[in-house]
Amino acid sequence: MKIAVCLKQVPATDSKIKPTADGKAADLSGVEWIPNPYDEYALEEALQLKEKHGGEVVVLSVGGEKIESALRQALAVGADRAVVLKDAALAEAGPLAVSRALAAMLKREEPNLVLCGKQAVDDDAMAVPAMVAERLGWPQATVVVKLEVADDLASARAEREVEGGHETVELALPAVIAAQKGLNEPRYANLKGIMAAKKKPIDTVNAGDLGIEAPGTPAVEVLQVSQPSQERKNRMIEGDAAQQAEELARILHEDEKLI
Amino acid sequence: MAHRVLVFVEQREGTIKKASLEALALGARLASEAGGTMAAVVVGKDPAPLAAEAAARGAAAVYAAAGDGLDLYATESYAAAVVRAREQSGAGMVVLAASAMGKDLAPRVAARLDANYLPEVTEAAIEGGRLVVSRPQYAGKAVWKLATDPEKVVIAARPNVFPVGDRTEGASAETVALDVSDVTPRGRVVDFHTAGKDTVDVAEAEMIVSGGRGLKGPEHFPLVFDLAKAMGAGVGASRAVVDAGWIDHDHQVGQTGKTVSPTLYVACGISGAIQHLAGMRTSKCIVAINKDADAPIFKIADYGIVGDVFEVLPKLTEAVKRVKGAS
Repeated sequence: MKIAVCLKQVPATDSKIKPTADGKAADLSGVEWIPNPYDEYALEEALQLKEKHGGEVVVLSVGGEKIESALRQALAVGADRAVVLKDAALAEAGPLAVSRALAAMLKREEPNLVLCGKQAVDDDAMAVPAMVAERLGWPQATVVVKLEVADDLASARAEREVEGGHETVELALPAVIAAQKGLNEPRYANLKGIMAAKKKPIDTVNAGDLGIEAPGTPAVEVLQVSQPSQERKNRMIEGDAAQQAEELARILHEDEKLI
Repeated sequence: MAHRVLVFVEQREGTIKKASLEALALGARLASEAGGTMAAVVVGKDPAPLAAEAAARGAAAVYAAAGDGLDLYATESYAAAVVRAREQSGAGMVVLAASAMGKDLAPRVAARLDANYLPEVTEAAIEGGRLVVSRPQYAGKAVWKLATDPEKVVIAARPNVFPVGDRTEGASAETVALDVSDVTPRGRVVDFHTAGKDTVDVAEAEMIVSGGRGLKGPEHFPLVFDLAKAMGAGVGASRAVVDAGWIDHDHQVGQTGKTVSPTLYVACGISGAIQHLAGMRTSKCIVAINKDADAPIFKIADYGIVGDVFEVLPKLTEAVKRVKGAS
């Protein structure tokens, strides 16, 4: 079984995100870069599927120079090899462009299954997995918390999280799966894995090799990036527990009319 | 007048979902600002009643894809319905609710059209012929104000942000039958099972009561459930308690959980890590109950109680029942 995992690098979740001086972008200088947390569930699932069905796990990414460290981490926990399109501008160009590049890379790899994180925690778009699936003409299941692949590798069953419950999706393979937290418990790299990762191949491709042609989609202009500010009342409710509870219930009922 | 906006209408058990009513109201406003009308697309086994309701919500035309196989969601069939309805209606902009289904469907549609996709939109208007939207990124740590061509774009409206519009009784719309029977989806929903909880899902909840490490153990989480039940609220949780296995991850609020925007958010025993605050800071009213007066959660709270959750929560649950019972 050949499994492809799409990997993105994002600012650590405890990063403060401020606008740049001109207010047209986020100032990411000095942030720590980590593999997108949801991609780790995708990678773990791929490794478990390889353990069960045999085969190969290949990690694909579109990113800038810093992407190498995220790829080495993926190789250290058990991925077999990585392919990267190093193009910082393309990586920043949004999900339409990134999905086009990943789809072109996936066409060369011809995997049985593609696993992605359900969203990157920077742009929060939740777009690339479905867009990749569309460009390949493959089915998709997003926000997946449980996955079973049939032994003949012809089909899979995925459980996806929806409002108020779970949906079961039946898919013909190849397919694209977007992993949600809860799918598994990602493993950590051990020293042996970290040493082995240094010898594993990272192939580089460029946009020219892939023959990507972008159609004339209208531009999206950034007018302003700002930090949300909302006036808060910051009113502390005093008294003992009974008085505090009484007063809060009264405020929510009478003043705020919320309950 | 020409159709400017196409709204995808999502149903649950024959009723239009609230988030889709919000999308319809938004779509009607954007269509009017663009000097045109709104069309809607409905998909299902028998979507006719939905078509009538979409008309009452301002749709001038309703594209209806009917069929036995369309009862449960199948991304490829539903995407075909949306793309064909857009083509036939001539509308450039597609509006969906950023629900679980909407977020699965919208990027698929956008990729097929090579149209820009603007997800989780919290503000939208036509200004000077352009579509101008706001959308939070980094789970709400920063907000991007963006402008693009309204004639080629797919937007997903964050639930609980845009108001539901008025209903026009007896309004009628041109109904157009869509055929997607030629699409054989390679992926389809075959089953849905509810979470089996008698609480509202946190992603859809208008009010949320959330619990954190201050509850000291999973055996105390019923204090949060009791208050939520008394209020008719959903139950949220911090990442720490989800990772500790006290409660399922579908309750998690924050950067690696759900981003929520309820009218009332009650944080119980949650100190307020930056990742958690990012996920709930746009809530309209925030209440914090925590033992530590220096907890960061108090900085973004409207009302704060410095106190022991074990003492305050049971009393608050009783007080809430009383004020609700009295009205």
